[in-house]
Amino acid sequence: MNVRYGILGRFGAFVLGAIFAFTALPAFADGGTLVWGTTQNPRHLNPAVQSGIATMMPGTQIFASPLQFDDKWNPKPYLAESWSLQDDGKSLLLRLVPNAKFQDGVPITSADVAFSIMTIKAHHPFKSMFEAVERVDTPDARTAIIRMSKPNPAILLAMSPPLCPIIPEHIYGKVPDITNTPLNSTGVVGSGAYKLVEFKSGDHITLERNPDFFIKGMPKFDRIVIRIFKDPNALAIAVENGEVNYVPFWSELAVLQRMQKNPRLAITDKGGEAIGPLNWLAFNTAKKPLDDMRVRQAISYAIDRDFIIKKLHYGFSKVSTGPITLGSPFYTADVEHYMLNLAKANQLLDAAGRKKGANGMRFSLTIDFIPGTREMQQTIAEYVKAQLRKVGIDVEVRAAPDFPTWAKRVAGHDFDLTMDSVFNWGDPVIGVARTYLTSNIRKGVIWSNTQSYSNPKVDQLLEQAAVETNVEKRKAEYKEFQKIVVNEAPIAFINVIPYYQVYDKDLHNLPTTIWGAAGPVYEMYRK
Amino acid sequence: MSFVALIVRRIAHAVALLLAVAVLNFALIHLAPGDAVDSIVGEMGGASAETIASLRHAYGLDQSLPAQLLIYLKHVATGDLGQSMYFSRPVLGLIMERVPATVILVFSALLLSLVLGTALGVLAARYPRSWLSAAVTVVSLFGFSAPVFWSGLMLLLLFASVIPILPSSGMYDVVANAQGLAGVIDVVYHLVLPASTLAFIYLALYSRMARASMLEVLGSDYVRTARAKGVPERTVIFKHALRNALLPVVTIAGLQFSGMLAGAVLVETVFTWPGLGQLAYESILRRDNQLILGILLLSSLLVIVGNLLTDLLYRLIDPRIKAGG
Repeated sequence: MNVRYGILGRFGAFVLGAIFAFTALPAFADGGTLVWGTTQNPRHLNPAVQSGIATMMPGTQIFASPLQFDDKWNPKPYLAESWSLQDDGKSLLLRLVPNAKFQDGVPITSADVAFSIMTIKAHHPFKSMFEAVERVDTPDARTAIIRMSKPNPAILLAMSPPLCPIIPEHIYGKVPDITNTPLNSTGVVGSGAYKLVEFKSGDHITLERNPDFFIKGMPKFDRIVIRIFKDPNALAIAVENGEVNYVPFWSELAVLQRMQKNPRLAITDKGGEAIGPLNWLAFNTAKKPLDDMRVRQAISYAIDRDFIIKKLHYGFSKVSTGPITLGSPFYTADVEHYMLNLAKANQLLDAAGRKKGANGMRFSLTIDFIPGTREMQQTIAEYVKAQLRKVGIDVEVRAAPDFPTWAKRVAGHDFDLTMDSVFNWGDPVIGVARTYLTSNIRKGVIWSNTQSYSNPKVDQLLEQAAVETNVEKRKAEYKEFQKIVVNEAPIAFINVIPYYQVYDKDLHNLPTTIWGAAGPVYEMYRK
Repeated sequence: MSFVALIVRRIAHAVALLLAVAVLNFALIHLAPGDAVDSIVGEMGGASAETIASLRHAYGLDQSLPAQLLIYLKHVATGDLGQSMYFSRPVLGLIMERVPATVILVFSALLLSLVLGTALGVLAARYPRSWLSAAVTVVSLFGFSAPVFWSGLMLLLLFASVIPILPSSGMYDVVANAQGLAGVIDVVYHLVLPASTLAFIYLALYSRMARASMLEVLGSDYVRTARAKGVPERTVIFKHALRNALLPVVTIAGLQFSGMLAGAVLVETVFTWPGLGQLAYESILRRDNQLILGILLLSSLLVIVGNLLTDLLYRLIDPRIKAGG
């Protein structure tokens, strides 16, 4: 008996001690931690050699860029306190803020800007961004002059946080292969508001404030912990029970309805307009009968976008009317909107010589979709199948087990119709032109001109607009481009992918600039 | 056969089996269209043809398949599992980072399901016509039939949302980042849901197995004799009957080890448990062939070792096997 009580007593003391230890051992001082949730797991953290939201979110907290942009697409100072376009738009002079340092204490100079831009030019997947850059002159430690072979009006936007992180030459200049170095994931030394503490792939990224950040009084939060969830349902539960305070780029719409009703949470679709995530139905114009514009237009007229927005997307998304995203300074609504019109669709198909057979069908097509994005892709593909049946087109929905299988098919031009999601990435030169240029019909390259669409007038307009420094002329060129492309319908534009920020109501100064949470969030705070 | 000879023979079989696994997995993986570069380009939101060609060259994907296989086997023979195409880090390092989490999960689930399953089965066998026996049968059927990802999500919903007493995901609270003993307790706290989910299927299996086995043993002559001699019921059950009844349960447990690893893939994904299963799931989705091959090789090794240990344990429990050599 005594032995038993003795053991029990010791066990009880052990448990109590453990509980006290657990509650009395904070590993960090409580200065404010933002717990950020995402389902996107980045390959690494260096946006200089990797694009995509997964890398941009943490990368823009670690690295600063020459400029940032507000919610009206106006450039603002960041690492560059001033800038000017010179030589008829063929040079961009950047004047750096004084006393900016990397997180290891080494001063940030124009040599780092030059190194960063030439590294991005050599290794970043968006080649068109710095294609025209020939060199970067550095007359003094605070001045960098980007010299280009031709005017590049997209250069200012290319100075944005997600596209032009300034990386330390004294570190990355020594690695043999910057695209394949552990320094992109561990011991990362940046120029931004937060320092990397730990990156556990598939689990979390911990960032802490950079005490020497060049913007005084920033960042507001002491720490950001980005928790990576594989399952969106688990992330939703974590948000609802308060384990996660903030989720940008939320696009699970059925769950969003529930979040909207939660009294502790708020949602907003503001911010991120530059990302321009468009959802559309692409046609393989190299295959019959889709080589006939009337057939493509007919299919577009048969799709009820209103139904998709209101019923399939619960009113959360917005209609996309053309190749340039809503909110872009170059967007125009003055194009054919392809409002649902089954009669017109039937007329066009008849005029194209595609008469109905005895079974009521005119011809058959397959439709592919990107797997893993049910509400934006698979649901719409299934809806399109049902809708096209009404105009006598028999559609077979073809599923791919994973993204590489789908990408292989589409890049290999082995498709009739496919749902697709393609992002603008700010300037049309970066993310729009690639879909429509004849020179970008490249088999084997996903998100090139996989539709095999070719119009010399469109090529000319895109080439002209890429070097046009007069803003109004540029807008006019892109307007004409949009009208032609929408009319010729190599693509049936459906909706803008709705990316929402879901957040605790006590969070303020959410990132609502054109890059949203793909840009720095150093102004966010909790009241 | 002597014990040493048995071990040597088993190791020789294991090496041959691992080589076959490596070649077969390599062939199977490359049958599917697409590769890691497609996945990388997908995450990047697009890339130029030059970037794509450069990535393929960097990862040796522009070489012929036989050449790729030879290079891979040469590296494996020297213990080098290659570089993850997606993470640009050594495969072995990535795997070893994740192994502890999976080991904790799988062994916890195994222990939980074995102990609880056996206890329930023994109780059900002891009182065969009671409500307890019926309940064990129903729960067993349900646990065995329900898909593991479904039961995981339901448990998550119940205990992390409806009655929020357990964490929804992760292996520990990364915000609190508790250290030492507090850290251990935190891990145990996070382990409850994923381990219970994984244990649920096997709990069902072991309880049914233990019940059936126990019923058979309790009906045997030596147990009847023990009871007739007036041996206390508790001694009859735990000293005489249980040891024999455990034999089939232990055999199945060893054979189910590979099944548990497979189940861990889904459980780790649902609960964001940072183990090998989650890494396997990600690497399959991303066609990170080097990583997939490394994980499959290691899993095969774990299964082989698991089976060997089961065999040895069996010999320990059953003196008849020991005596027979």
